[in-house]
Amino acid sequence: MPRFGMVIDTRKCVGCQDCVVACQTENDVPQGYCRDWIATEVRGSFPSLSMEIRSERCNHCDNPPCVSCCPTGASHVEDFGKVVLVTANKCIGCKACIAACPYDARYVHPDGYVDKCTFCLHRVKQGKDPACVSVCPTHCMHFGDLDDPKSVVSELLRTRKNHTLLPEAGTKPRVFYLT
Amino acid sequence: MAQLSRRRFLKVSTATLGVTAVASQWQPIWPLANAAQSTTAGSVTTIPTFCEMCFWRCGGIAHLRDGKLWKFEGNPLDPQSMGRLCPRGTGAVGAHYDPDRLRQPLMRVGERGKEAWKPVSWDEALGFIAEKMNKIKAEHGPESMALFNHGFGQRFIQHALKSWGVINYAGSSYAQCRGARDVGFALTIGAGVGSPEPTDIKNTDCLVLIGSHLGENMHNSQVQEFAQAVERKVPVIVVDPRFSVAASKAKYWLPVKPGTDLALLLAWANLLVAEGLYDKAFVEQHGHGFDKFAAEIKGYTVEWAAEQCDVPAELIRASAREFASHRPATVIHPGRRVNWYGDDTQRSRAIALLNGLLGSYGRKGGMFVSQGIKIAPYPLPKYPEPTKPRADGADALQYPFADEGITTSIRDATLSGKPYPIKGWFVYSTNLMQALPNEQATIKAIQQLDLLVVCDTVPSEMAGWADVILPDTTFLERHDELLTGFGRNGWASLRQPVVAAPHDQKPAWWIAKQLAEKLGIGACMPFKDMEEYLSYRVEKSGHSWAQLKTEGVIVAEHKPITVEEGLELKFDTPSGKVEFWSDQLAAKGFDAVPKYTKHPEAPAGHFRLITGRAPGHTFSRTQTNPLLHDLMPENEIWVNAATAARLGLKNRDYVKLKNQDGVVSNRVRVKATQRIREDTVYMVYGFGHTNKMLKTAYLKGASAGGLNTRYATDPIMGATSIHTNFVALVKES
Repeated sequence: MPRFGMVIDTRKCVGCQDCVVACQTENDVPQGYCRDWIATEVRGSFPSLSMEIRSERCNHCDNPPCVSCCPTGASHVEDFGKVVLVTANKCIGCKACIAACPYDARYVHPDGYVDKCTFCLHRVKQGKDPACVSVCPTHCMHFGDLDDPKSVVSELLRTRKNHTLLPEAGTKPRVFYLT
Repeated sequence: MAQLSRRRFLKVSTATLGVTAVASQWQPIWPLANAAQSTTAGSVTTIPTFCEMCFWRCGGIAHLRDGKLWKFEGNPLDPQSMGRLCPRGTGAVGAHYDPDRLRQPLMRVGERGKEAWKPVSWDEALGFIAEKMNKIKAEHGPESMALFNHGFGQRFIQHALKSWGVINYAGSSYAQCRGARDVGFALTIGAGVGSPEPTDIKNTDCLVLIGSHLGENMHNSQVQEFAQAVERKVPVIVVDPRFSVAASKAKYWLPVKPGTDLALLLAWANLLVAEGLYDKAFVEQHGHGFDKFAAEIKGYTVEWAAEQCDVPAELIRASAREFASHRPATVIHPGRRVNWYGDDTQRSRAIALLNGLLGSYGRKGGMFVSQGIKIAPYPLPKYPEPTKPRADGADALQYPFADEGITTSIRDATLSGKPYPIKGWFVYSTNLMQALPNEQATIKAIQQLDLLVVCDTVPSEMAGWADVILPDTTFLERHDELLTGFGRNGWASLRQPVVAAPHDQKPAWWIAKQLAEKLGIGACMPFKDMEEYLSYRVEKSGHSWAQLKTEGVIVAEHKPITVEEGLELKFDTPSGKVEFWSDQLAAKGFDAVPKYTKHPEAPAGHFRLITGRAPGHTFSRTQTNPLLHDLMPENEIWVNAATAARLGLKNRDYVKLKNQDGVVSNRVRVKATQRIREDTVYMVYGFGHTNKMLKTAYLKGASAGGLNTRYATDPIMGATSIHTNFVALVKES
């Protein structure tokens, strides 16, 4: 059984937000909300500057606090791909998961349930990449099985310097950023 | 680039929710086939067509779910998209569902500019226009009707009007964008740069960007190649007063003082000559007037440029040595929207000459030579012989090297009545209020008109002044002329409707045909519909119409585009060579070699305002697109963090911008950042809408165009500058 993850090359990303729009159309995300977004981190002062641009989303953590805190089991780890999902009709909208998530990756859908990135599992099951990965004009995103040593994502993590977000939170994120 | 933090996005979305919550049910902008999370449900059909969200014209594939437009993806067969669209292309769906788009023909009631309208039928609207046009023709001649046009939909509007006798037509894409670049290159190498730019970024070993902010301007295939170059660790050199996204990927960033680019370029050229780093064989074989050029630029030393540009001399030296070491596989990018200071043709010439010194023309990794595709024309009647000279500047009467119509020249002629009165404007798909400098002059010119027609998809500020507004379809709802493109391969691309227009909008070609009928010149479009027109052209050229409708694009056979591939280098200048010294310019009294002129400094308490693009928006036409609006609901004024602190301004504070002529902008949020020089402020243009019909975008952000009251006109070809204004920041009380 695969363990899906994402590897994003911050050197190539230009922060154009195409991933955000593609997710919104692909997944019918209601207007005013998003499942992925762009963060920019500027370091230094003029003119000695550096900048990291990241496409961020749910990290589909190996140790997901949003799952352990969910009172109804709506927030769960799917068997296929170990993807963290929310079962809409089990969700009571209590927002415990929103409080628990250190990445601010979830929002309450206007229909009352909590919504977030699904790694486009419906596409992945059809053999496609998630919408954000497949649309990116810079080809900065990669998706695949972290447990398969021959996958592109595994290869990139072996050969390139990378980091996750808030590793100190102990959540073991599965979205990695190449620097 | 919008610094979109998650928190901030949610903050914005809370406000949106507040509105929708009243209606007790959320409304997706596109109809759902089923309940939420139903993305696999419904029957999906796909139709290829090419995009019009900007001018790059990428091939895409529209996806319909149960007959409703769902998403738009890149067409893998298409050379402009290479299977991937930019955010605006992906967000094209939002243009179809835009709640603020024009829905039916409107006619003005009451005073011009008061924005009071009555809906009318197409028959009435077009009948009114035809009557007014014929009156203008009878009183002044057809030359007194002018056309402002932009975008691919303009083809048949322009054709119909030219068939009727219009000889004055212009797009702001020339004098307010790429014109100076194309003239500068044409004077130097005998050909304009064209679009897409033939920069071989895919194979380059070094890329130099002069104010060109790739990644923030999402010129799709070019950005794709840029990202590949970054991945290949190609040294990128960026000259920009702002730490742009491209600068953040660069090996060398030269944060020059705005207005001094030409000093840097000339010092770079001088260094290449002085240190013998240029391509001597190329210059000997293909250069004209090199010795005179070398003598002319001798005074432009690195130390002198360092002082002018306010960047360290060592940085100038190191960057030049870097790009010279990779020649001929170096690209000094020609840029695109280059109308900055009024001497832009000469700056573009300096860029063209640097490429000449590096011998990068026709070389792999340098500037390749684009190839086209041959497609048979549809036989159309000839235009009537003009009886008067053009008043739009295109025949170089005002500006000796202008080779296209100049928008501001039409405006000047309208204001002065010289060389003859201009009494009617047909404005297709261009918001002149934001695109042209000095808004008040445009408003004054409008007062001289007997007829002002605006045809567009959304109600721009320009539409607010119209006598008649004609609602165009979006590109997703119409046929257009066949696109025949230039590039590494020539290609032809089809635009075809993927979904019906949601209201009473009509495609531009239909509008042109109906208007032509009413004007009694219906024979100028001797075909029933666009299927007939397009299929004729395609089949006559030996291609399959059925196949094009399914695949969306025809790619021509590859021909040599570089010397490495067997291309023979030719330069279509009077000397047949790269003109380091321009006898053409000298003959008309201009500098034969670019000379540096110092530009005015900001008055005390003011900053130079520079402008640029955001990846999610195009001009002033996408701000109400619900998908793109959310990416950047309003623009920001970038202010150096130290300056902001000195002025007592915090991030997200609202300020108004007051320019040197006392013009005050709408309020705009401060972005206090290290990413810009202290003497410069920056904003993305296209915001600060004042047409109330643009409900989603009304009074959000500030209009850069509105602040452009002091502009310089390039005496060589008529481009009008946009970076010549100074603003003070006035805190909102």
